[in-house]
Amino acid sequence: MTETTGRLFEGADWDFHTLQRIHDACEHVAKNELGLDVYPNQIEVITAEQMLDAYSSVGMPLFYKHWSFGKHFAFHEASYRKGLMGLAYEIVINSSPCISYLMEENTATMQALVIAHAAFGHNHFFKNNYLFKQWTDADGILDYLDFAKTYVSQCEARHGRVEVERTLDAAHALMSHGIDRYPGKKNVDLRAEEKRAGRRRQHEEEVFNDLWRTVPKGATKSRSALSIERRRKLLGLPQENLLYFLEKSAPRLAPWQRELLRIVRHIAQYFYPQSQTKVMNEGTATYVHYRIMSKLHQQGRISDGNFLEFLQSHTNVVFQPEFDDPRFSGFNPYALGFALMQDIERIVSNPEDEDREWFPEIAGKGDVMGVLRDVWANYRDESFIGQFLSPKLMRHFRMFHLHDDPEERAGIRVDAIHDERGFRRVRRELARQHDVGFIDANIEVVDVDLSGDRRLILHHHVIKGSQLNETDSKRVLQHLADLWTYDVALIEVDANDKVLREYVVSPRPLPAAA
Amino acid sequence: MATHIIDRRLNPGGKSLENRQRFLRRAKSLVQGAVKKTSQERDIKDVLEGGEVTIPLDGMHEPRFRREGGTRDMVLPGNKKFVEGDYLPRSGQGSAKDSGPGEGDSEDAFRFVLSRDEFVDLFLDDLELPDLAKRRIAETESEGIQRAGYTTSGSPANISVSRTVKLALARRIALRRPRKSEMDELEAEIAACTDEDTRAELIAKLEKLKAKSKRIPFIDPIDIRYRRFETVPKPVAQAVMFCLMDVSGSMSEHMKDLAKRFYMLLYVFLKRRYKHVEIVFIRHTDRAEEVDEQTFFYGPASGGTLVSSALQAMHEIVRERFNPADWNIYAAQASDGDNSYSDGELAGMLLTEKILPVCQFFAYLEVGESGGSAFDLSDSSLWTLYERLRNNGSQLSMRKVSERSEIFPVFHDLFHRRENQEKAAP
Repeated sequence: MTETTGRLFEGADWDFHTLQRIHDACEHVAKNELGLDVYPNQIEVITAEQMLDAYSSVGMPLFYKHWSFGKHFAFHEASYRKGLMGLAYEIVINSSPCISYLMEENTATMQALVIAHAAFGHNHFFKNNYLFKQWTDADGILDYLDFAKTYVSQCEARHGRVEVERTLDAAHALMSHGIDRYPGKKNVDLRAEEKRAGRRRQHEEEVFNDLWRTVPKGATKSRSALSIERRRKLLGLPQENLLYFLEKSAPRLAPWQRELLRIVRHIAQYFYPQSQTKVMNEGTATYVHYRIMSKLHQQGRISDGNFLEFLQSHTNVVFQPEFDDPRFSGFNPYALGFALMQDIERIVSNPEDEDREWFPEIAGKGDVMGVLRDVWANYRDESFIGQFLSPKLMRHFRMFHLHDDPEERAGIRVDAIHDERGFRRVRRELARQHDVGFIDANIEVVDVDLSGDRRLILHHHVIKGSQLNETDSKRVLQHLADLWTYDVALIEVDANDKVLREYVVSPRPLPAAA
Repeated sequence: MATHIIDRRLNPGGKSLENRQRFLRRAKSLVQGAVKKTSQERDIKDVLEGGEVTIPLDGMHEPRFRREGGTRDMVLPGNKKFVEGDYLPRSGQGSAKDSGPGEGDSEDAFRFVLSRDEFVDLFLDDLELPDLAKRRIAETESEGIQRAGYTTSGSPANISVSRTVKLALARRIALRRPRKSEMDELEAEIAACTDEDTRAELIAKLEKLKAKSKRIPFIDPIDIRYRRFETVPKPVAQAVMFCLMDVSGSMSEHMKDLAKRFYMLLYVFLKRRYKHVEIVFIRHTDRAEEVDEQTFFYGPASGGTLVSSALQAMHEIVRERFNPADWNIYAAQASDGDNSYSDGELAGMLLTEKILPVCQFFAYLEVGESGGSAFDLSDSSLWTLYERLRNNGSQLSMRKVSERSEIFPVFHDLFHRRENQEKAAP
């Protein structure tokens, strides 16, 4: 098996045999040296145009049709044509088999880099990280997307494109609040879910009987019995998953609309782990490709020239501009992630006294890959940074913490810098920056006035005085009200339950009553 | 572990096409406005080209709950001189407001590229050929060829081998033509046979079979079948566009330019409806001639003005080359309105009797000098003539133009989708 002789390729040209050879060589290193555990790989070579296609449907190979994807496509295409934007070298999909798209323009070295990065780095992370294990179903996602696509087009045929579009628009607006942040009782199994959805619709169609409508109902319960606590409990309130709440409780949605909300919700949920693990995911993939490529070079399977080409791309990828650089736009997840991984390697294999003090569990443990694999499996960005950002790395990046209080006249305060007093504070703040709990607005459904005008009441818990953007919020609330079909109120409250602002939106009249 | 390497490059592209069309449909009014605006700045020659348009993102905005303001904490890399407790001035760079990821605000205007077809479609979208055109489009047809079963006669090139062999086989079975294997068997039997009587009997039998197989041929002429083709009528998708222009001395370059722009638009418009569009240029002074485009617009000419000469020329060309049954005929005439008074009668007669009956559409464009105040004085002789004809029920469209910027509105006006035919003069 160990055919560690001979160059994998010469120069920049490649063909499909080259790709296979590269893949096999990478696989050998990944399995035997790094001990990675990956889904089977499916490597697809695509053109720039196909890459643009993939961009506009959030990287998925198939997706339901919606104008917003067309908008993104037009936007990407325009900037690509003008040369404002380069395309990614690859896209990788968390599915089994794990699909990696490679651009045909890449040189052989780039293909090797990309295969090592995506087909082994990302792939391992998808398969082993606890968030992905918990929230995504790699086996079922492609089937589910296929179902979603068919279902949406069926709905369009049956209910008209405009109606479907209206529902999807609203669902997309609420997508960022259609996520379960904490695992509930049931497991998300997309394939079973899809079957169940089909069965449920079928059942509803089969047992439909108009007579049930005429059966006399018992005496209505007294209003006082429906105490606020009781109805909140019945509706499962407070509920932060707005799409879930609408799907289950919106009074006048048609079944197919609920199904659409469900589809959007499931897809949002599928992408949820990715937004929480950007730094780790890219850090892992970058570290893996670096290790694999270095090894291949050591074995003499990649020539010095090609290795230099690789190093150049690699350095570009992990470049971190400083805060006063015009190119600066926040921390580069590749740079931060890769630096953290390398730092862990250093701490495990060659620690200093400081590291022994900060990381007693891993310092000098010796088993680099064992530690890293454990890290990759059990952390997300926030906990990962909170745990493993070392003082040495903070000094390396020369990190500092700014505290910007609009009330403060003197300006923005430098709260902590990369010194002995500041390390822990800087690290805590950086971890918080990567915590979705702080990034997304915390909005929940708190009550519905069922006995009155059915007004839906939402609370936004304002953190650190950061309120919602007014124009956007009104639009989103308009969508929400259209789905709810009664008034919707959003109240922004601060930590002391003081009301800061209140929005009330009424639904737009529907052309045809649902 | 199974790895698959797949070449997707050959897969059909344009996966986003439908999404793109949906986006354009949704943004239609916005994009259309942008297209009109862009096209005004463009040279008419480039109208056909696609290009970048910018639309306001208002209706296309995808709202999200976003937070802004408040106390912000950030960790940044690249500290050079700050120590804990320093205060940074809030203005200018590094200000909290600028560095926020205001995704929604930065997208106010949305630029993207339209393809040539998309551009033309949107450009001409609310235009339609006038109603009267339908009459002939429905009737005009030509012959096309289509497969239609089999026939017993035809040219050798059309022999259907499979069908012929099939029929031959059926006939051979029906007539019990001896098979070759049968005869081979018999021959072998004869060779092996020792008894003289049986042998003679067998030989006789074999001879009989051989004779029969000769009588019944392997393939008989009656087996042969030919593929049959049938002609079917197909609607014509071709049009001819006549450009008539007065090139007498009174026509200035500006007027010709106006006319040219109008012809261009008409060409683009017809091109969109018909597969094949021919253009005939007829220029006239006091006599008319068919010329090429270059001469038409730029060739020098001088002389008096007789409109009837051009109409006569057009009539002759139609008769010779463009059978109205096969062609959709469009004509656009541009002139400054001068015509000798004696010609009015003849021109009117030609128009109503010869030209208009075969035309789908006849437009008269009266071009004037920039500034165009001359129009206010009185109507030109040609205008008066055509107006009279129109009032008598002839299907004529006529407009006056004196500024470049008016061309598109006038064109738009002529072909605007509407319930009724035009009634009022501009």
